[in-house]
This record gives sequence, C-alpha cells and structure tokens, in this order.
Amino acid sequence: MKYYISEISAKGSVAVDDNILVKGTPASCGSRMLESFVPLFNAEAVDRLINAGYEISGKTNIGEFSLDLLGETSYFGECTENGNLVSAAASLVAKGDIDAAVNTDVSGYPRRAAAVSGIDFLKPTYGTVSRYGIVAAVCSAEQIGVSAKNAKKVKELISVIAGHDSKDGTSLPADSYSYELTSASGMKVCIIKELFDKASDDVKKSVSDYADKLRSVGVTVDEVSVPEVFAIHAAWNILLCAEFCNNVSRFDGVKYGYRSENYKNIDELYVNSRTEGFGFITKASVLYGSDVLSKGRYNDCYDKALRIRRVALNKMKELFASYNAVLTPVCSQKNYQPYEICDAFEKAYDENLFTAIPSITGLPAMVTKGVQLIADSFCDATLLSLADSVEETEVM
Amino acid sequence: MKYELVMGLEVHVELATESKIFCSCGGHAAANEPNDCVCPACCGMPGMLPVTNKHAVELAVMAGTLLNCKINQYTTFDKKSYYYPDLPGAYQITQWFNPICVEGSVEVTTKSGTRTIGIKQIHMEEDAGKLVHDDWTATSLVDYNRTSVPLIEIVSKPDFRSGEEVIAYLEKLKSLFRFAKISECEEGAMRCDVNISVRPEGSDTLGVRSEIKNMSSLSSIARAIEYEAARHIDALERNTEVLVQETRRYDDVKGRTFPMRNKETAADYRYFPDPNLMPIIIDDEWIAKIREELPVPAEVKYEQYVNAGISEKDAATLTAERNLCDILDGAVELGCSHKDVAGWLLTDCAGILRRNNTTIDKLDIAPAKLSKIIDMTNSGDITRVAGKKVLTAVIEKDVDVESFISENNLTAQNNTDLIASVVQKVIDANPAAVADYKNGKTKAIQALMGGVMRELRGNGDAATVNELIIKKLSE
Repeated sequence: MKYYISEISAKGSVAVDDNILVKGTPASCGSRMLESFVPLFNAEAVDRLINAGYEISGKTNIGEFSLDLLGETSYFGECTENGNLVSAAASLVAKGDIDAAVNTDVSGYPRRAAAVSGIDFLKPTYGTVSRYGIVAAVCSAEQIGVSAKNAKKVKELISVIAGHDSKDGTSLPADSYSYELTSASGMKVCIIKELFDKASDDVKKSVSDYADKLRSVGVTVDEVSVPEVFAIHAAWNILLCAEFCNNVSRFDGVKYGYRSENYKNIDELYVNSRTEGFGFITKASVLYGSDVLSKGRYNDCYDKALRIRRVALNKMKELFASYNAVLTPVCSQKNYQPYEICDAFEKAYDENLFTAIPSITGLPAMVTKGVQLIADSFCDATLLSLADSVEETEVM
Repeated sequence: MKYELVMGLEVHVELATESKIFCSCGGHAAANEPNDCVCPACCGMPGMLPVTNKHAVELAVMAGTLLNCKINQYTTFDKKSYYYPDLPGAYQITQWFNPICVEGSVEVTTKSGTRTIGIKQIHMEEDAGKLVHDDWTATSLVDYNRTSVPLIEIVSKPDFRSGEEVIAYLEKLKSLFRFAKISECEEGAMRCDVNISVRPEGSDTLGVRSEIKNMSSLSSIARAIEYEAARHIDALERNTEVLVQETRRYDDVKGRTFPMRNKETAADYRYFPDPNLMPIIIDDEWIAKIREELPVPAEVKYEQYVNAGISEKDAATLTAERNLCDILDGAVELGCSHKDVAGWLLTDCAGILRRNNTTIDKLDIAPAKLSKIIDMTNSGDITRVAGKKVLTAVIEKDVDVESFISENNLTAQNNTDLIASVVQKVIDANPAAVADYKNGKTKAIQALMGGVMRELRGNGDAATVNELIIKKLSE
C-alpha cells in the first residue's frame, strides 16, 4: 500500500499531492506516463509553504490525474483500510502522521477523501490560490485546497498559500484574504433537497445530524429545491472531460515522460506511448472529451455546458441572497469498496453529482464531518467559521 | 472563354515584441543553437501557465488600425488541438471565437489601378516550433526556439483578382508593418496561404477552391499563383483533371503545386476557449493610447520631406525605413536642415554601413550625435573629412563625439600662421611640383595640397590652405 510516491522529509508535517510540483521530486500524477517526470521548479503553493517554514513530508499517491473517487486508479496501487478505499493524503492526516496536506481539487476527490476519513478539507474560491505548478487537468475549475484535522488548521495553511500570483493569468488581484473565524450563530444554511435525496440512508443521517449540530450553535437550517443539479452534473462532466482531454494531449511521448519502445513512425510513437502510458480512466475521459469538442458536437455539448455553468452560478447567487451557505452530501455513500478498474470512469463521473456545483462555479466548498458546505465567492471564511463552530462544541 | 481569378489571403506576420506571447523568453531570432530560447512554459512542461504579453496585444491593435479594422473590445484566446512534434502542448493558442480585429480594408495599387481589398479579421496566435529532419540517421529533431513567438494572422476577403494585386498587397502590409514597428517582416517572418479559384469572367458564383499553404517569398508566391491559375483553367477548358477542394503546397524547384496528404488537412481542431487566459477587455482609453504610438504615415512624411527640399528619390528612400525617418526628424528637431541630414544619411552613413557589409535599415545612431557632427562640420570646427571619421567611429563604436575629436586631434586648423608655416615647409620640400606649377601645370597644386593636408592630419580648412599655397607660389 503506497501512501507516498516520493518521500521527502521524515520530519515534514505537510504532504503534497503528486500532481503538484516539487522541484527535483518526480511528479507522477498517479500515472505511468509521468513516472519519470521530474519538474524543474516548485508550484507557487509549495514555495509559499516552504517560505513560511513548513517542511514537506513527501508526495502523496493520487488516482491518475486526480479524476477518480479516492485515488484507486493510481498506477502505483490503491490505499485501503478495513476493506474500504481511502486516499493517501487524507488517511495520513486522519492518523496524525502529518498535520495537513495540500491537494488539487480537480473534480472532488479530496472532498470525498476528507468525508471518508473524517477530516476537513477546504476547496477555496477559484482564483485565490495560484495554479502555477499544478499538472493541469481541468484549468477552469481546479484549485489547490487544504486537508487537515480541523478548521483551525485548515485556516492556518490556506492563509499561507492564498494570494495573487502573476505567473497565473487567472489568479485574482488581492495579495491576501481574511479567513477570520467568527461565530456561526445567526447564520442561515439551506440543504439542497435533490442532492440529499440521492444519498444513501447513512449519508442522509450524517447530513441531518450535521444540520442539528448547526442548529445547536444558532444556525437556521432550511431545505430548498434546486432541480438544476442534474443538468449541472451533466454539464460539469462535459467540461471536465473536454478540458482534461486537451490538457493531457501534451503527454505524447515526444518530450518527457513515458515513451513506448514499440514504434516505427510518429503516429505509432503517439498511439503506443499513450496506450501504454495512460490508465483506463484517462483513456475514457480523453475519448469523451474529444467527442464533446468535435465539430458536430461542440454546440450541443461543450457550448451548452458553458451556458449551464452560467445558470449554475446564477442559481447559487440566488440562494446566497438568502443564505450564508448551502449544505449537501458530498458522497452518495459513507464508504467505497475496491472495484474493477473498468468501472472507474462511470463511478467517478456518477459521484460527481455531489461535487459538481463548487467545481463548475468556482465557489468555495468545505467538507467537515462527512458533509459539504458551499458558500458564495470569497466567503471561504464563512465555511471555516461554520465548521469551526461545530468543532468547538465537541472540544468542550 | 475568358477567366477571372478569385483569391483570398491568410498572412501570418511575426510581431516585433521583446519576448514571446505567453512567456518571458526573448530573442529567438538571435538564438544560435536549437532550443537556446526556451523555458518550461514554451516547451510544454506540465504545471506552467500562459500569461498574455501586453505588447503583442498592442501591436495587433496597431495593425488593425492601419488596416482600418474595427477593434473587438472583448477578445478571447482559444485552444486549437492537433498532434505534431513541433507543437509541444499538442495545442496552439489562437483566437477562434472572438478575434481582436474584424471588418477592415486596405487599398492596393497596381498598374491596372487602385482597388480595395476587404479584411475579414486579424487574430493573434502563437507560432509552432520547427522540425529538423536528419536524413542520414533517419531521425527528426525538434527545435522549440520559435514556439510561442507572437503572430497575427490577417485574413482577407476573396477580393484579389490578379497575382499583381496579391504581391502589391503583401508589399503594402510589409511596408506598413515595418514602418509602425509592428513587425520586422524579415525573411520567414511573413508567411502566406493563398486560397485560389477561377471562374468565367462575369460569373458571380465561385469555382472550386484550392489552398496553397505556407509560402514566404514574394516571387515564389507569384509563380505559385500563375501555376495554380493555369492548372484550374486547363481543368475547366480541357478536362485535364477534376478539380477538388484541397490544400496544396508549392514546390518552387519543380514550379508546381502538389496536393498535401489528406491526413494533414482533414483534422478536427476541437477549438474551445482557453480557460487559462482571461478575456482581454480593450477599452477606449487603451485604444487611444495605442493609436498615439502609431507613427505619422510614410506617405505624409514623404510629402513633408519633399516640401522641405529633399529630392523625391531621396524622400522615397528615407520614408521606406522608419529608423531613417526617426533619426532625420530627431536631428531636424535639434536644428539641422532636412537637406543636410538627408545628405549625411544617404551618402555618408550609407557608405559606412556598406563598408561594414550591412544596409541602411540597420542604421542606429543617436540623432543628437549626428546633429552635433553636422553642426561642427557646417561651422568649420571640424573638416568634412574629420566629420566622416567621427561619424564612422560613432556608427561603429558609438563613441562620444567631442571626446573622440579631442582624443584624435580632429579640431580644424584655422590658425593661418600655423597653416602658412606648413605651406612654406611643403613648398620647400617639393621643388619639382613648384616648378611644374610655375610652368603652367596648375594641377601640380594638388600634390602640394595633399602634402599640407597630410602634415595637418586632414584638419586643415581646404579653402584656407588652397588660398595660402597660391599666395606663396605667386610671391
């Protein structure tokens, strides 16, 4: 069972997922394709952590390009505990081996991982943390977030890595953001009924229990209907595989990474390197991605998905006119068991139903106690405050 | 039957920015070795993000202004996907949905008159690298020096009716862009695709179109058009072949066009907006600022120069090169006359550059230095000969004018007593020449002049020397 792809320092307290670059250490992204790829520079977030005095423990195992449920599609093998799938980084945090981890939230994997391992994870507002040094999968959505045991620790690290970076054209202009924790009392939260209904009974119970805890700290919890969630889910999967297909096209065996030994011309070099270098979930995503961007399909698929992205953001803004945050399940079930690799694409893309809204809109999302909270842009502190308020009641 | 040619052009022009369009690599044109001018971003390493070069956007707006285009104030970049080893990311960043300039026009003059060519759009994009094939070892090597160099692609409407118009158009673009410093337009920095079809004269439907790709020399473009037009007409008149819409390449050695492999042309590029690059908003204020930087057009300068007394031929030479105009205007501003500066530029500077095996368009001299040399020569502080020496040193080594003059004792000798004593000395030393002069061979004075000038190291005022020699000889 491989938690680390590369170990860096035994004294290190923060792990870095293997699709975030650390100078001189391989960045495999859980793929055979990049097993031998050693980057020449640090990701901006890694630089900021090191400059703030944090030591990096190592590069944690992830599913191929972070597309899957919890990391099970890694070329280097899956991690399980008690027969259930876990993610390497979240499991290390839960066990107390490290204080925190930084993970790229491409399509919800670190949020699911936090829920399964019972830790906290914040996917910050898109544009607040530099994407410089993430091996790109879905540029319009992915953000580096922080996994830690509680909201206070998440707050500590997110304050370090967030802020403007001129090397990232989508980085927002503010040099830093306030993540000040305030009392949640008086805040208003709503549960999206459609997502609640789609979860298993034990997940439903987690959400209801969490709603009760929020009420106990003075938060009002309502239920709302957002029938658009299914269209949003479909649109997100389209944008995800389209951008992913384009981003991994650079892995062609020509410049770095895996090259097949079996080729007689350039076409065979491409085809065989990619066939042998990529795993199932990548190949399936590339096929779907090529399809939705192709001439005959662009208007019906990709273009429509972009329109739904706008609808999703408008719908959420509407909710935030009345509520501080939205509460939803983040997984359909409490635990996932190992499965056949040929199901990987379907499983992950189905499960994206619960994680799609923050991914497609760029809104901040926080997983705590196995549930997901979503807030308006730049209201990351609201999420941390809600999570912290509930966590505080348990300390006492 | 008489046939009419119908052509449209796609012209790629390399922009004269300091660095590449999405990273800070610079100086690719001067790179000596393959892959000297690359960084992780422009050679497609994962983890790198593109950041738009503002200057490239400004140059594209300038180009659009010169071609009378509407500037799209909301413009975006898109990704175009295809696999080729010279394209490190396997996608090219270009503008597909919202190009920076649209709906322009340019007037083109040929022997048969002036016509207006419509411009459909101008869009920005990054260049690809270069493959070097080594036939000896049957391998291909990749050079990424050129990847991500900024280009604009100017797409015309199908408004061309003759090869001459195409050439005149390309020459016009070249001179406009060079003059505005939008592009150096040097060999290879301007590449052209020609869409061509023929139809019976008077018809208003379009014939079957072929596209001839990637040509860069004007003369081969003219030959390619001539060949292709003849091929189409043959096909229509004599059924030599059935025309199909296709992409062809022109082989200048064989003088023929050949169809490109279908595979190279039938690609689906899967365009979509690049999420890494935010839309560029070009507000009125920015456009106004960019337009302020455009130079006075060459035609207007030409008129100015001719009115200031410069000959039409010289004015034409000067206004063909922006650097000459800049130097001339700078020196005139410092008080020199147009005619003086034009003379120094086109005679003396040009001569010095020729001796250095380069051309006048490469001239780089501070107008202040040139005007100082001209002033000092005009006032007699230095002789014309000394002036040329200083000019040479300034052009070759960029020396300081005054310290060069004093270090090399080039100040003109106006001291009549000194000159008179040298004249006496030279007369004494050359009895033969003196005798010749006295015997009516007036040309012998040249030898004496030369002797005096040598003694004075070229700094004697020629008129004074001449006068003193004649005076001495007639004593």
